[in-house]
Amino acid sequence: MNKLNGIHLAHNKGTKKCETIDFPLPKSVIIPMSQHMGAPCDSLVKKGDEVTVGQKIGDSGAFMSAPIHSSVSGKVSDVTDYLLPNGSVCKAVVIETDGLQTVCPDLRPPVINDRQSLIAAVRDCGLTGLGGAGFPTHVKLNYDPAKTPVDTLVINAAECEPYITSDYRELMENPNDIIEGILLVQKYMGIPMCKVCIENNKPDAIELMKEKTAEISSIDIVTLPSEYPQGAEKVIVYSATGRIVAEGELPSHQGVMVMNVSTVSHIYRYSQDGIPLVKRRITFDGDAVTENKGNYFVPIGTRVSELLSHGKAEDAKKILYGGPMMGMCLYDTEQPVTKTTNAILAFRKGELPKTTACIRCGKCVRTCPFGLMPLMIEKAYNAKDVEELKKLKVMLCMNCGCCSYACPAHRPLAEINQLAKGLIPRK
Amino acid sequence: MNGLFVSPSPHRATTMSTTKIMLMVIIALLPSAAAGCVFFGANAAIVLAVCISSCVVFEYLSRIIMKREQTISDLSAVVTGLLLGMNLPATTPIYVAIIGSFIAIVIVKQLFGGIGQNFANPAIAARVVLMLSFADSMTSWVVPYWYSDVVDVTTGATPLTASWINYTESGEAYKMAPFTLGEMLWGETGGCIGETCAVALIAGGVFLIVTGIISAATPVAFIGSFALLTFIYTGSAVETVYGVLAGGLLIGAFFMATDYATTPVTTKGKIIFGIGCGLMTFIIRNFGSFPEGVSFAILLMNLLTPYIDKLTLTTPFGAKKPVKAEKTTGKE
Repeated sequence: MNKLNGIHLAHNKGTKKCETIDFPLPKSVIIPMSQHMGAPCDSLVKKGDEVTVGQKIGDSGAFMSAPIHSSVSGKVSDVTDYLLPNGSVCKAVVIETDGLQTVCPDLRPPVINDRQSLIAAVRDCGLTGLGGAGFPTHVKLNYDPAKTPVDTLVINAAECEPYITSDYRELMENPNDIIEGILLVQKYMGIPMCKVCIENNKPDAIELMKEKTAEISSIDIVTLPSEYPQGAEKVIVYSATGRIVAEGELPSHQGVMVMNVSTVSHIYRYSQDGIPLVKRRITFDGDAVTENKGNYFVPIGTRVSELLSHGKAEDAKKILYGGPMMGMCLYDTEQPVTKTTNAILAFRKGELPKTTACIRCGKCVRTCPFGLMPLMIEKAYNAKDVEELKKLKVMLCMNCGCCSYACPAHRPLAEINQLAKGLIPRK
Repeated sequence: MNGLFVSPSPHRATTMSTTKIMLMVIIALLPSAAAGCVFFGANAAIVLAVCISSCVVFEYLSRIIMKREQTISDLSAVVTGLLLGMNLPATTPIYVAIIGSFIAIVIVKQLFGGIGQNFANPAIAARVVLMLSFADSMTSWVVPYWYSDVVDVTTGATPLTASWINYTESGEAYKMAPFTLGEMLWGETGGCIGETCAVALIAGGVFLIVTGIISAATPVAFIGSFALLTFIYTGSAVETVYGVLAGGLLIGAFFMATDYATTPVTTKGKIIFGIGCGLMTFIIRNFGSFPEGVSFAILLMNLLTPYIDKLTLTTPFGAKKPVKAEKTTGKE
């Protein structure tokens, strides 16, 4: 088995010892109707409506979507247009909190007794991947077992991005929820084997999980080397099972389903208390945060400005949703925490080193986990040579950023790869 | 608006830079350059200084005339000047050194777009032009320590031109190495300023390999293929070792055949490049009309680099291949 390329980064996991605490309830939240890939939801509430915690406020008839629930109790003060970080516009529900956090009286633990009821429950929960990419979880579960039977559930607890410790805290704080969640998914999806994959920079989490699963033969704890991007889907499938998810395939084509560790434990908690995804754990860190760094349970829709003032981060020049390698910049501190936000990082410095000419050192080729040739892709992109771009397989790029990171000329290679993808006509 | 900085990911970058890479190459070359100055005296130091300063000046002026961003701070012109100087005899006239710098920087490098864009290694191309244009001064070799009074003869043979044939008193011919192995390793032989001290060159090359600046693939393939061919041809391990240590092979294999811009990107490509260089050097040294072939070999392989690159593209992880890829190539 060949080792995939990657890079070694400073871990900066300074918040790993920070136990998760509840973030103070904000006065108001703004909940976008589009929080992940797929169709946006339609707002089910209007200005002036009273809402409660867990009440469904957005849904869509589209397959690729998940319903959205209110994270607070209070009054809808506005349904407004909201500019998403990716440049498109959706509706967002603004709710003034009443401070009571009254739970929606209709919420009941779901009845799960087969595959279909599990998938339906996961959809009702509004669950999306909590690792960052945010694929709606019920869509992932809804593969066709006749066409693509899945024999291995890979639980992604690699957390290879620097700074972020939210999945690590889940491992340390809720190991039983994780295991129950895995067993639940295994039972109703009929998946015989599960591999929980953890990077070796979290030895205590590995030990704890090994101890907890010692008696369970269907769950394996796999120790992975700490090398970015170990937690990328295709990389972790390969590291855990040796299977290669080829071009145009989903992991299920190789008999694998990958699920984030916090996602799987949330399935279990929902099965017990019936409270949908209305708050999540985030890591709050970065050199601009002068106090109260740590891990917080934050109501979905909490404005990042609330976090910044909690952390006295007045000097923040660059604020990220997620980690420094794949995280997305906030354009405004009034943007909220969403279902896919696993960290808010605030940094004093925004600029990267100046770009100089390519010297063809080949570092980008030697660090690309998929063996792509970013320097050639850049040339082909500049020449708008679509055939060459197809030949160079630019569509395989997962935007992990290793090439840009490693480039001594500091060329924005990962960005160019994404732009190059746009030149290739979709089938 | 609110002073936030927005940019696409990643938001971290390596501390490595082009300037630092060039600095490492300069550090790796210094021991050999210093040895050259010890063996060949102040003249050697002057040639090196003239090459470096004229390369930097030519680069500076080119960028101004071409209205391009100034690039002398990336130190690549210093590397070119140093390499060019190290590939010249210590007695090279100053004006020849300046012409060489002009060819290297202006014609080979800047006219093709500057750093990373040149089709051939500037120092090598300049050396080859000088060798063909100023054959006399480019092939007159002073002996080590010629500047001290002790030695009468100031010019002599190099390890590549000296004859291995000796005669006994009774007139029988026998083969004997013209230099001792110690002289070969330390570089106390005739030759270009920076090419004779094998120990310093190997140390510099290993430093660059260990620090990850260059890949071991090229020098191993270059030296290995040359040594193998020489051993097959001569049948003598001694002659093979002397062949490797002689002339510009080591400086070529470690410092010129590993130039990023003019050699293939992938390891497979680097191995092909190295073997090509080794083969060409062997052929020119043994069957050509020049005693040395390293420069010509590298120059020729530089020209083949775009084709080697095209033939040695990587196979991406999980890529559906090769039926489709071949079909598209066929259509073109």
